[in-house]
Amino acid sequence: MGVEGIGARVERKEDKRFLTGKGRYTDDMVVPGMKYAAFVRSPHAHAKIKSVDGSTAEGMPGVIGVLNGQQMLDDGIGNLICGWMIHSKDGSPMKMGAWRPLAHETVRYVGDAVAVVVADSIDEARDAAEAVVVDYEELPAVTEAATALTGGQPQIHPEAGGNLIYDWAIGTDVAETDAAIAAAAHVTEMTIVNNRLSPNPMEPRAALGIYDGAEDHYTCYTTSQNPHVARLVMSAFYNVAPENKLRVIAPDVGGGFGSKIFIYPEEIVCLWASKRTGVPVKWTSDRTEAFLTDAHGRDHLSTVKMAFDSDNRITALKVDTIANFGAYMSLFSSSVPTYLYATLLSGQYDIPAIHANVRAVYTNTAPVDAYRGAGRPEATYLLERTIETAARELGVSPAELRRKNFIRSFPHQTPVIMNYDAGDYEASLEAAMKEADWAGFDARKAEAEGRGKKRGIGMSCYIEACGIAPSAAVGSLGAGVGLWESAEVRVNAVGTIEVLTGSHSHGQGHETTFAQLVADRFGVPIDSVSIVHGDTDKVQMGMGTYGSRSGAVGMSAIVKALDKVEVKAKKIAAHLMEADESDIVIENGEAKVAGTDKTVPWFQVALAAYTAHNLPAGMEPGLKEGAFYDPSNFTFPAGCYICEVEIDPETGKTEIVQFVAADDFGNIINPMIVEGQVHGGIAQGIGQALLEAVHYDPQTGQLLTASYMDYAMPRADDLPSFKVSHQNTPCPGNPLGIKGCGEAGAIGSPPALMNAITDAIGNNDLTMPATPQKVWAAVHAAQ
Amino acid sequence: MYATNYHRASSVADAVHLKGASDESKYVSGGMTLIPTMKQRLAAPSDLVDLRHIAEMKGITVSGGSVRIGAATTHAEVAQSSDIKAACPALAHLASLIGDPHVRHMGTIGGSIANNDPAADYPSAMLALAATIVTDRREIAADDFFTGLFETALADDEIVVAVTFRPPERAGYCKFPNPASRYAMTGVFVAKGTDGVRVGVTGAGADGVFRHAAMEAALASDFSPQAIASVTTDPSDLLSDIHGSAEYRANLVTVMARRAVAAA
Repeated sequence: MGVEGIGARVERKEDKRFLTGKGRYTDDMVVPGMKYAAFVRSPHAHAKIKSVDGSTAEGMPGVIGVLNGQQMLDDGIGNLICGWMIHSKDGSPMKMGAWRPLAHETVRYVGDAVAVVVADSIDEARDAAEAVVVDYEELPAVTEAATALTGGQPQIHPEAGGNLIYDWAIGTDVAETDAAIAAAAHVTEMTIVNNRLSPNPMEPRAALGIYDGAEDHYTCYTTSQNPHVARLVMSAFYNVAPENKLRVIAPDVGGGFGSKIFIYPEEIVCLWASKRTGVPVKWTSDRTEAFLTDAHGRDHLSTVKMAFDSDNRITALKVDTIANFGAYMSLFSSSVPTYLYATLLSGQYDIPAIHANVRAVYTNTAPVDAYRGAGRPEATYLLERTIETAARELGVSPAELRRKNFIRSFPHQTPVIMNYDAGDYEASLEAAMKEADWAGFDARKAEAEGRGKKRGIGMSCYIEACGIAPSAAVGSLGAGVGLWESAEVRVNAVGTIEVLTGSHSHGQGHETTFAQLVADRFGVPIDSVSIVHGDTDKVQMGMGTYGSRSGAVGMSAIVKALDKVEVKAKKIAAHLMEADESDIVIENGEAKVAGTDKTVPWFQVALAAYTAHNLPAGMEPGLKEGAFYDPSNFTFPAGCYICEVEIDPETGKTEIVQFVAADDFGNIINPMIVEGQVHGGIAQGIGQALLEAVHYDPQTGQLLTASYMDYAMPRADDLPSFKVSHQNTPCPGNPLGIKGCGEAGAIGSPPALMNAITDAIGNNDLTMPATPQKVWAAVHAAQ
Repeated sequence: MYATNYHRASSVADAVHLKGASDESKYVSGGMTLIPTMKQRLAAPSDLVDLRHIAEMKGITVSGGSVRIGAATTHAEVAQSSDIKAACPALAHLASLIGDPHVRHMGTIGGSIANNDPAADYPSAMLALAATIVTDRREIAADDFFTGLFETALADDEIVVAVTFRPPERAGYCKFPNPASRYAMTGVFVAKGTDGVRVGVTGAGADGVFRHAAMEAALASDFSPQAIASVTTDPSDLLSDIHGSAEYRANLVTVMARRAVAAA
């Protein structure tokens, strides 16, 4: 591997600029003549807009323009769309209501944008935004999805009767599943709530729209995880500008967790407003706007039946889920509770019959879309809470019940589409139990009792699907795009290398890991390798970063391009050394003739390609190759997490005393970065299980958790030191054997923690987040 | 934030003068509540008069059986003061639990008690220690000072200059922080001294900080955790929000009080 190659713990190249405040984020961008946008947002969860009067605002100091939704409609700017078609059980397409970038008839959640003010300064824009008079006719609102489906509730979009977007099912025939449940020796039934979360990236969303009238060309700096997709969608659907007239740049981006995949109204408005006003327009979200308008995550209500035979083998699983989509269908919202959720309901278990039904529902809340894990945490939480409860009901150890039902031969076809390619679930379970000293738990529990504490232990055996995904497969399931990735490797004339990737780094460390891949291939130092990403004018079309896909898909594209570069470099080296191409090896920064002392330094191979003075006959000059990689399957990271807690029964406060993660991510490029991803993911998972929840007032639809005073984020002192280890069954589906690691921590940790808490207090029905109040009430009720 | 004019007062008299120059002015002494409120455009003072740099309002002195803490003394200074640690370690402990290091180095005791946030820590200690709030024009007993949620006995232009109290024989503070804000969901300060046993409760009361008469009576005869183990608090007098119901807070009052006595 070398000191900088695959498997090396190389420190992150990008951290110098991040840690010294030299990162360049969208809000850092300043262009001549730039002005500032402030949005007028709905204070109501549901209302008719009777009029928008910007006349006072237009006369205020510094104001350049006050623009509204009717003007945007008149200019032909299209609706925001959801790009993944889902069909209901009856064959009908999903019922998508119109989402205008600036609402002109109806507002549907608190924070819905109604108008925008462009002014010389942020404060002047905000002052004027407060002076825009919007006359609303308030309508009743509904925030809970299950309530929104019941009769007599507010109708949110005329297109979706009864607020139902789709009623979809997957898996085994429902009658067959019911029959298996009826014949079971034991059935565990649960109601599972997956709490709504706010994504909270450190950098809030921002956009800078620059219209060049002379060229009729637009530039958009924005906080995006996938700038190429942003350009595609803004061109093809929102009618902002044709692709060749729209450049999208996502510079340094300070975290996304999914929330920056989607195209939001604000970037479209900044581009449009720049043309309307003739000045570059910048908007940067404040934290309150982020709470109000960043796409939320999760928000499922499910019932589950898990059936067992007399030998404790799972015979059937039946799931009914209601997914809250909020007021509008965000870009990938429809795929999250369907193909990213229900397809994972087999977990690590061999389950012959699985039937899942999912209803997607409009409510008067912020849109809901992918958030770290996106569907897979919801599936894992449901399964792992249920099997843990089943073990308690059946009186068997949770490890034994899981072992009995593990899938042990691969490939394994589940009843819910997925075909698992490789895994060793027992290995991770064993490693985790050993590290956690599972056998010593009873003694620790007894000792804790002596101190008045209730100690509990819980596990979670998760699987997820990453590396999304084979384009033809997702196309057949309704995706509007292919999910391949692209790369271009440019070897410069003196041998330094630029890699242009369609992946996007917003904290993942691509500038380091991708460079390690190149260093490993040619034996050059990583400092001679630069990674270029995030600019549609520099990089060929790409699909961006989400779903833990940059390693498995993005790096596979780089491997394909490196293969092509290597072939050409070997031809050149063979020609220079008058050797046979098949005898050339490239390592340690030079090309060698195997078995001889003949070498040519790497830079001379590159130079020869560009001087073109002495190339093989017919060879084109240059050393630059591109590749597109389309995966053949999802990848399937899996692992076992064990959490141990102590609860103060007097206050309900939970202390996590131990957290063990044993993950199988396949091959690993940089273990330090992978461990960082696991740490961050677990922190977010613990946040969901212990602290975080978005609360809306059910009557008024007002967001009650609109600041950190009320939305509890995990802090360092809420977390223990994590014990992290890796098992490895290489992924057979891609050239590097990589599975992906970005989301696992957030997927596997919530059920482990909740299983530990419910073990401690003996209450299987506890819901997330397990706040001190809830835990105390559960303990108190049991006494 | 709306535009505002910042003034750094050099003396108490200067501060009163500066404030009087505008109808929409406000004192600021750390601004740990006021500045975030202004940034959210929920407050719009035309002028801010900063009290934090007035020399006569800074510092801690212990003499003649009395502790005096200047109003512009930061939480960090109280937490680290060897004089406070000797005279009333519970108060140093309380100060060390406020906010985070940034807050503790900006926020002041005068700013805290003048703001009287129902979840702030200091008001409970002022009540329990039978402190005297010294202003630029009078002295106010803590019992008379805190009059409701964010309400005090201060006149609009009146300035808290210092707080004084007699060191207690025993005192303890125990706080259960709100998981999100880390303000007190319930905090209880107990003190036993020349004024008898006094119990100040913050974070829980529907009308703000309050003294707990039943606990004071129980502790007066037996200053032990067991003495108040079965003393309850009427939930109808307590706050209820998404973080904690009134019933939960009622439980926390007893638990925190017991632990405060144990720590005293």
